[in-house]
Order: sequence, then structure tokens, then C-alpha cells
Amino acid sequence: MNDTQEKNDVLLDVEDLEVEFHTGAGVVRAVDGTSFKVHRGEFLSIVGESGCGKSVTALSLMRLLPRKTAAVKAKKIMFDGIDLSTLPEAEMRELRGRHISMIFQEPMTSLNPVLTIGDQITEPLITHLKMSQKEADIRAIELINMVGIPDPERRITQYPHQFSGGMRQRAMIAIGLACEPKLIIADEPTTALDVTIQAQILELLKDISDRLGIAVILITHNLGVVAAYADRVNVMYAARIIERGSSSNIFGAPAHPYTVGLMRSVPRLDKPRVGRLATIEGMPPNLLAPPQGCRFRDRCPIAEQKCEETPPTTTAPGTIEDHTVACWKNEFAKENAPILYGSETAIEKEKSAHGEKVLLNVNGLKQYFNISIREGLKSHKVDIRAVDDMSFNVREGETVGLVGESGCGKTSAGRAILHLDNPTAGNIEFDGNLLNGGNIAAVRRDMQVIFQDPFSSLNPRMKVGQILEEPIKVHKLRDGKSARLDRVAELLTQVGLYPYMADRYPHELSGGQRQRVGIARALALEPRLIICDEPVSALDVSVQAQIINLLEDLQNDLGLAYVFIAHDLAVVRHISHRVIVMYLGKVMEVGEGNTLYDNPQHPYTQALLDAAPVPDPEIERNRQRTILEGDIPSPLNPPSGCVFSTRCPMVTDECKSMVPELNDFALGHGVACIKIGAS
Amino acid sequence: MLRYTAQRLLLVIPTLIAVAVLVFFLVRVLPGDPVEVKLIGEFGDVNPELIYKERKRLGLEDPLHIQFVNFMVGLPQGDMGISLVTERPLTQEIGARITISIELAFFATLLSVIIAFPLGTAAALYRGTWFDYVIRIITIGGLAVPSFWFGMLIIMALLATVGKLPSLDTAGLFEDPMANLYTLFWPALSVGYRYSSVIARMLRSSILEVLAEDYIRTARAKGLYERIVIVKHGMRNALLPTVTVVGLEFAFLIGGLVVTEQVFNINGIGKMFVEAVQFNDMTMLQGLVLIVATSFVLINLLVDLLYAALDPRIRYQA
Repeated sequence: MNDTQEKNDVLLDVEDLEVEFHTGAGVVRAVDGTSFKVHRGEFLSIVGESGCGKSVTALSLMRLLPRKTAAVKAKKIMFDGIDLSTLPEAEMRELRGRHISMIFQEPMTSLNPVLTIGDQITEPLITHLKMSQKEADIRAIELINMVGIPDPERRITQYPHQFSGGMRQRAMIAIGLACEPKLIIADEPTTALDVTIQAQILELLKDISDRLGIAVILITHNLGVVAAYADRVNVMYAARIIERGSSSNIFGAPAHPYTVGLMRSVPRLDKPRVGRLATIEGMPPNLLAPPQGCRFRDRCPIAEQKCEETPPTTTAPGTIEDHTVACWKNEFAKENAPILYGSETAIEKEKSAHGEKVLLNVNGLKQYFNISIREGLKSHKVDIRAVDDMSFNVREGETVGLVGESGCGKTSAGRAILHLDNPTAGNIEFDGNLLNGGNIAAVRRDMQVIFQDPFSSLNPRMKVGQILEEPIKVHKLRDGKSARLDRVAELLTQVGLYPYMADRYPHELSGGQRQRVGIARALALEPRLIICDEPVSALDVSVQAQIINLLEDLQNDLGLAYVFIAHDLAVVRHISHRVIVMYLGKVMEVGEGNTLYDNPQHPYTQALLDAAPVPDPEIERNRQRTILEGDIPSPLNPPSGCVFSTRCPMVTDECKSMVPELNDFALGHGVACIKIGAS
Repeated sequence: MLRYTAQRLLLVIPTLIAVAVLVFFLVRVLPGDPVEVKLIGEFGDVNPELIYKERKRLGLEDPLHIQFVNFMVGLPQGDMGISLVTERPLTQEIGARITISIELAFFATLLSVIIAFPLGTAAALYRGTWFDYVIRIITIGGLAVPSFWFGMLIIMALLATVGKLPSLDTAGLFEDPMANLYTLFWPALSVGYRYSSVIARMLRSSILEVLAEDYIRTARAKGLYERIVIVKHGMRNALLPTVTVVGLEFAFLIGGLVVTEQVFNINGIGKMFVEAVQFNDMTMLQGLVLIVATSFVLINLLVDLLYAALDPRIRYQA
């Protein structure tokens, strides 16, 4: 490619972008001198953890940051021959939604609740293309059709609340596409969606980009998504781009220690566990006072004196393509990537063996929520079958993973076991004792829970020490204040915090630290079983790995059993001995972890695994996948027969009338599908 | 929408019945005998027999359940009974004086909305500037100053400047609109100032809240004109909570003008309340409370319907 061609090919050329936020606490430089290019029609990804500046970069390009608090500077932001950094606001407005459009993370809140979908799609058409309302309506129907929403004529007269999450995101894409822009910026477009819906939306974006030649900047924290869809990748850390290259370069031969660490700290869906996860210790720097030099220095396993100087962006070693990296030791990092965070053999540790004794036995558990639906003046009661006839057991020291999409009943099952909600039917035995309302208090000590959101599950008005001391006091586990405080210190050390943190309030801790406090609180009662309800889903990948390792270490040391509830299939595979797949309150498949992932039998399990992308572009390129169509049905009105029948690629009439039993496909491997017989 | 309206209308009926029942018994729990008060006022010392006869004549000696049945049967026919003092039908008595009160309440509401909307919107759009601070001072003033005192200030100011007060006998709205409005302007302003402060502050905070919503960002990302972003996407959502406040305050005003009507000497039902209590006119009090309660219920209904018109989520939920 010669120079002029290259010039024509570049759609967006950003040089030295800086964004500063003026806050009460000081100036935060959220984007610090980033430069990058987007070529016409390409799929570029910006990847990084929360707070790294990836969304701010996108919003600053669109000039959508609050003007009072955010100051944007750049040497140039050339978009299709126009410098956006000096463009007057009136002309910038003409560009927004016309040539650059944006899709946001939260489809639930990004659409105006009081305007019809049609109205929201036609607005840019009328504003930018000066269409009449009638012309715009015709185009809106065309667009709705294009993004795969059935029944477009009726749909454009509806309001956002009548759409499901996935449909709303499709509508957002239709709005973005309306004027056939040259660039679409998608800011975490699927983070709020279930994995089967995520696959639909990303396929749609990719398809549109390919067909219409629209360039896409995909901002995400999900490495699997990046590997599956991006042509090129920018990796951001603490407000800077630290590595950039083609997707195969970044995943195949990462040269920045942070990129290496990021790749190593995510568990793999497609491979059996190799051992403990690699972790990047510590947490990203505070951008109010970032460290001099390389910002990754404090967490880097190979940092040295020189790293106190900011490393220049250089071409990565041994590459002729556009692969650049900002690290003094990139050559060493690239060559030693596999052992940078401890060699695989050194950290290899099989999942600890579990005992044989059954600790928790759940038999025929049903959890129905009786809600009333108003229809006119009458209201009638409807049972939502959150959990419908579920049986499983957990042995001592064992981890049983409960996995499924939203509304599948995994959380309700956990709450029912703990009797946080009293189960509708079924027997729950703990250590041989049948639990009921009367004796649950006696076993509360032995069964503890860790919640998803470390931000809202700790009382903000209590110090960490008080939070941990309270259960010890209530259950009279230690006599006297000083003995209790000793125990608090012990617990904090056990979960990788420092005893002095007992004096802190939860808001003074980071998300990962708070989740550690949540774990310590559960441990305070010396339980034998902990129900972990999405314990890592609110955390960044590097912190997530730390917490997963901590949970495993505690299991080894204390012989704990876990019921691990999560929607992330890879995490569940990594941590669980056995896995239960749920869908709309029903168990679809049960099996030993590796068997279930390598040889899934139920069409839903297969589709679920197909939908989740793997962080390896080589594998993703050649992957054959079945993408489920349609939405998850409302639990208010579940399909008759097999609950999966409305979306199942193998469905026959029989499936719609018969509820399949969970039958043993092989020893310890149960499948609830009439199509799957025992082998 | 039609169905929603019908539903809400049907719900009004049991509410009103409940109000009527409650009012009937509450009034009878009050101490004091209206007949005694009246007769003593007219003749000085009166013998108990006369009081009994008078009570008998007015139906007050009937057993409670008979009185109750009479009252409840009369209501749907538009018969609220007679005043124990003037002995004229309550519908006539109240009807003669309620127009001016409703007019005043309506005028005050209108005035305060006219004041509040620009103030609230401007304060939100220019948040943190001197403009916002000035508006904040004005509105906090409105909340802090009692409206009757503000009314007295107005009267004093009028006397000091124009040297006279608006004429006391009010012309009807349709007879002489200008004179009527001029008479009502000052009392409306004295109540409306406080009222507009409440609305302006509510509007300011709800606009700010709405402007921080994701869908406003979406609207801007579409490249819409800022004016459209604010008016079409912002205001309509921000109006929702504001409508509630406007409605409730209006309903409150109809019965709540007691003091202001005294200050400006307006012959509305606010003054009537005071008189009814003074003379222990049980049935009058009963009728007034019922009227005020009914208007409260009806205005709430109106607010609900307006809400549904503005917000499709409510419309389709029912």
C-alpha cells in the first residue's frame, strides 16, 4: 500500500488526544495522549478494564462529554478529511448521527421511554437527511427489518418498554444505521445482555459493517468478544494505549506485560483447566495522581529502574505489521510471555479433590413466586416458576457450578437453599438434617453466602471491622472484645487484606477489596458450605482472577464446599467440579465440568457454549456456531412442554407437549431432552 | 387509554363514598351544639326545652343511623342538607361562594406555572451560574415567606403606592373580566408566589435529573438540535413529577385559602370554613369538607390521566 492509498484508507486519525476532568478532588486525566487510526470499513476494538479511559475516548470523539467538567485537547482528530478538534459545535452536530453514530451499553436506559421506537429512529433522518415524516417512516420500517426485528410496521408504533433488552439494542443499532454513517462507535454494546443475545447483536453489527462498509469501533472489556470480531485491537491501561496491533498479533504474540497478564488471567471456556489463574497483583493507579513513567510499573512482574521513565511507543519486536507497544522490556515480555506470571508448570495445580460425603442434598426443589397481574379492574394470580423441580447434591469440599442466563432461576435456587426465601416444595438436607423453617437458624452458621455486588451488600455506615465482628458476636464464637478483634484481623489476613483495614469504611476500598470483605464476612462463622452468587461478575478480569484464586485457596485450606452461581461459562468451568446448566427454572444438563464442556449433549448447553466467544482469534475464525434465535421467553408465560422448545434448533412437535425428564446420559451426566437417549 | 380512563373513573366512586362516611362521623364527634350556640347568641340564656324543640325541628334528635341514611341518600341527588344557621340548602350556600375560590385557586395556579416554568427551566439549564443562584434566592424566599404575610405586604405596598385597594365587591368573571382579574390578581400572587417556588424547584431538579439520563446522551449522539434535545426529549420526561406537584397544590388551594381569603377579605369558601366553625354549623362543615375532598379526588384523577397521557408505560401497564 502506498502513501496516498494509506491516506485515503484512513477514516479517523486521532493524534495526542487528552481528556481532563475537573473534579472536586482535583484534575483527572482520563485519556492521556492517545493516538490511533481507524481504517474504512474495519472493526477496531478498544479493550481495557474499567476506568482505563476507553469510553471517555469514544465520548470525546463524539463531543458528548459534559462541557463544564471535561476538557478535550488533541493535536488533531481527522475524520474523513475534517479536523474534529477545531470544528465548530454547529458543524459537529451535523456530523453526529449522520457520519458517526454511537451505540451505548445500556439498552434499557438509552432509549427515551416516552417516545415511540419509530419516532426515535426517524429523528436523525428528518434532521440530517431532511426527509419528510412519511419518507422517514418508510425508511424506519426498512431499518427495523434490517436489524432483524419481526413485524416492523407494528413495532415502530411501540414504546421501548414493550421491547426486550436485545430488541432495544437492535433498535439502537437501527438508529445508528439510519443515515448510513461511515463510523459506528459501539460502547460495550452487549455487556448488559445475556450471552445468547450478545452473540446475535455482535453478529448483526459485524454483518452490517461488512455489507455496508461501515467502520466500527467496539469498546469492550471482554477479550472473547474482541478475539471473535475485531480486525485490530488497541489495549488501554490507565488512560494510555499501551499496545496496538492486529487481533492475531495481540492475542498470538502480546508484547506488553499487561496484555500478557490480561490474557492469562481469564479462564478458558474451550480448554480444561491448566491450573491456577495468573493474576496481576494490585490494582490500576489512581488517575488523580498517576505514577511517573510507566503506569503499569507497580503491578508489573518485570519492572526495573528504567520504567520510571515513560516508555515510548515502538514497533513490537519481530513484527513487520502495525504492531506497537509501549514498554521498555517488550522484547523480554514477548519472548517470556508464558512464564511472565509464573510458569504454567509451576502454577499448575489440579482442582483439589473433594470428599465423598454428601453435605447438601436438594431434592425436588420448587420455588414459585405468586404474583398478581392486574388486567383492568380484575387481577389474577400467576405462579412464576423460578425453580421447577431441581435436584442435586454437593459433597464436602466440592464446587458445584450453577450456570444459565438471566431468569433461569440460578439465584432463586441459591436463596431457596439458604431459606432466604422459603421454598415452595422440595427437601433440602444439610449434613443429613432435613431443613425447615424451624431448624434453619441452627445451620445458618454452616451455610453462608457471598453476594454479587460488593458495593451494595456491605452496610456503608459500618466499618469493615464492625461488619466482620458482628456475626462473631451474634453467634458467640469468641469471648471478649479482644478475642473478637484478633479473629477479625485473622480473617482479613486470610482473604488477602491487612488488619489495619478493619478501621476503613466500605467506600474507602476498591471493588475487589470489598468482595474480599464479603468473603471474610462469610468465613467469620467458619461455614462448611458457601453459596457464591455471581461473586466476580462485577469485577474487572485481573481482579476477578485474584478472587477466584482466593476462593480456591480457601477451599483447599478449609475444606469448604461451594455452590458457585454465575453466568460466565468460562469462570464456572474453571472453578467447578460439577456443573448444572439451567434454563427458565429447569435443569437442562448436569455433569462433571470437563465432560459437560467438551461433550455437551443438550441443545441449549451446546448453543450456550457456541454463543460465548473464546479469547483466541484463530479458533474464533474457524468456529462453526449455531446462534440461537429469538428471546428468552418471559417466565410469566413459559412455553409448554420443554421450556427450551421455542428456541431449540432440534425442536419437534413432541417437544411442545412433553416435559423432558432429567435422564442419565452417562454416569453422572444428566440431560433433560427427549432427543438425547442414554449412550 | 380509554380503558385506563374508565378504570380510574370507576375507582373514584368508592373513594368518594368513603370520604362521605368519614366526614359524617368526624363532624359529629366534634364537641359543642350548634343550636345552643345559635339560640344563646340570639336570646341570651335559653331553657333546655327550647333547645330540644329546635334540635327536633332540625332533625338533630333523630337517631344517628337515620341521620346517616338521610345524608347518604341525599348526596347522589345533589342534596347536602341545610345549613343549621341560615337554614338554606347547603348547595345554594356553598354554590354562591365556591366560584370565587375556584377562580382564585385556578388563577393562582396559572400565575405560578407562568412564573415557575421559565424560572425552573432556566435554573436547570444554567446550573451553577449566578442566574441559578438568583433564582434559588427567589424560590427559597417563596418557600420561607408565609403567603398571608406576603399578602399583607402586598396590601401595604398597594396602599403606599396606589393609595387604594382593589374593590372588595368582586364582579363576576363573565360580567367584567378585567375588573374581576384585577381584584383577584393580588391575592393570587400572594399564594402563587409560594406555589411557584415549589414548582420551580421541583422542575429544576427533575430537568437536571432527566438531562443526566442515558437517552439524552443518545439524543445528542443522533445530532439533534440542542433545542429539540431539551424540549422533546428532556421536558416531556421532566414534566411527569412536576404535574403531580401542580395538581396536588391546586387541590390543596381550593380548601387551603382560609387565611388568604381573610387577609384580602374575599368571600370564598375559605372564609366560609371559618364561619362554619365559629357558629358550630355542623352540616355546613360537613358539606364544605365533602366539597373540598371531592375536588381533591377529582384533581388527582385528572393528574393520573395527564400522567398516562405523558407516559406510555403507565398507559399500557393497566
